[in-house]
Amino acid sequence: MSADILALSWDSLDNLWAQSALKSVGILAAVLLPAGTFVYLFLFKMVSFMQSRLGPMETGPYGSLQLLAEVGKFLQKEDIIPERADRLLFKAAPYLVVSTVLLVYIVVPFGPDMTFISGAMTGGIFFAVAIASVSTLGVIVAGWASANKYSLMGGLRAGGQLVAYELPLILAVVGVVIQAGTMDMQQIVHAQAGGSIFGVDLIGNPYVLTQFLGFIIFMIAVQAELAQTPFDMPIAESELVTGYMTEYTGLRFLLFFIGEFASAGAFAALGATLFLGGWAVPAAWTDLNNNLFNLLGPIIMVAKMCILGGLIFFVRFTFPRLREDQLQKFAWVILIPLSLANILATTILKVAF
Amino acid sequence: MIAVLAAAAQNADAPVYVAQNVAFGIIAALMVFSAIRVVTTANVVHAAAYLVMVLAGAAAQFILLGAEFVAITQVMVYIGAVVVLFLFGIMLTKAPMRGEEFARRDQWLAGLFTSVVLFGVLIYGLLDGFGRSKIPQDLQPTLTGEVSDSIFGTYLLAFEAISLLLLAAAVGAIVVSKRD
Repeated sequence: MSADILALSWDSLDNLWAQSALKSVGILAAVLLPAGTFVYLFLFKMVSFMQSRLGPMETGPYGSLQLLAEVGKFLQKEDIIPERADRLLFKAAPYLVVSTVLLVYIVVPFGPDMTFISGAMTGGIFFAVAIASVSTLGVIVAGWASANKYSLMGGLRAGGQLVAYELPLILAVVGVVIQAGTMDMQQIVHAQAGGSIFGVDLIGNPYVLTQFLGFIIFMIAVQAELAQTPFDMPIAESELVTGYMTEYTGLRFLLFFIGEFASAGAFAALGATLFLGGWAVPAAWTDLNNNLFNLLGPIIMVAKMCILGGLIFFVRFTFPRLREDQLQKFAWVILIPLSLANILATTILKVAF
Repeated sequence: MIAVLAAAAQNADAPVYVAQNVAFGIIAALMVFSAIRVVTTANVVHAAAYLVMVLAGAAAQFILLGAEFVAITQVMVYIGAVVVLFLFGIMLTKAPMRGEEFARRDQWLAGLFTSVVLFGVLIYGLLDGFGRSKIPQDLQPTLTGEVSDSIFGTYLLAFEAISLLLLAAAVGAIVVSKRD
């Protein structure tokens, strides 16, 4: 019995355990590769270019192995827990944040058969935004459990910000769901690939065109959900040290770091699927059920994710930080009414056409 | 309780999902343990963490029943919003660090009374509504479309009434908190 489980030959792929093992490896790759790509491509190289410097150049060709060196550095560091910290919650919080990111990826399709859940998940996008909202809990608990006033203030700021920007994020997604008529991510991809704009199906119907307002609101809300500048008050380093991460060292700090960039990847994957057509190319070009797309799909997907990730980090390194009251006002007074208007317009047009 | 056990024993021979029942038992035990810890732990933040366990367990039970949409809503509304607001409120007012016991227990009698009454009403409602009916063996997940069809079709009036009630409650909360 156990020999069957361990034998990962191609014949045993029907085996549930073999499939689950492969999917676990796949999901780690899907989470870590975009995160690593984002850090190297944007955090190391793009910002260096924008600031007229070279960035890391010593480790490997063009500093491409710098990430491995960084991980090695963090793994060596001493694991410090503050004396008055709440030990259990302090230890658990980083894992909660990272695990929510891993769970977001399981509903994202990477090809016609490249899905982590076999069969349709009818509530796909709803599941993704619901699970993403749980990471708020990890951040608040991390801030409280550190027994440090800067951590607590960072955690509180993060909590208020994530709650405020979750609403426009979901409302922006609702526009796409109305237009596609489904919450299943795979169906949303097919709706975009097979769609047409006024009868022209040459480029399908990527919702970034018809849902442009929704796309803008989605990206702004993602920027705030990820706590990237101009919305980085939770970790404002000139005021709060590093906010809720202040007391974390070594592996746990690394987990928060991975969580930040992996969730940038996760939201980029959601945005690419919802607005840029996901893994597919327009259905007018070729047959989408071709097995080739199981190989091409992930590559197309990563390319689209890099476009959105580049946008996130370009904004991060371009804009100054807002004030806390400006941030809250922006969400409640501008973004939420706009996204409600977007839903109303989408509904009317959906019924009219 | 005895009535439930008797009802369960009477059709114990009907075919059921074994794996589902095992999972139900494990999750239910975890939920009961966490629910007791919610009211017995001295630290309010720990109580909120145990509350998360209870709510996540409820979501898992909904998944076992094939109610995907309700399960995701449970996670989003209760864990992602309500508990976050609880923690937010606790920390904004008084966030006791480790070792400072402060949870008040002088309302335990009222709490006990409420929970016993609620338990009785729920058990009566369950037995009255479902009696001895069982989950079918070929259980299919309820599609989100079916849920929305019944909300915006069969139960439209009730849905609108609840929406209005919640809106009134939200406006009322703002008015109460704005009063100087």
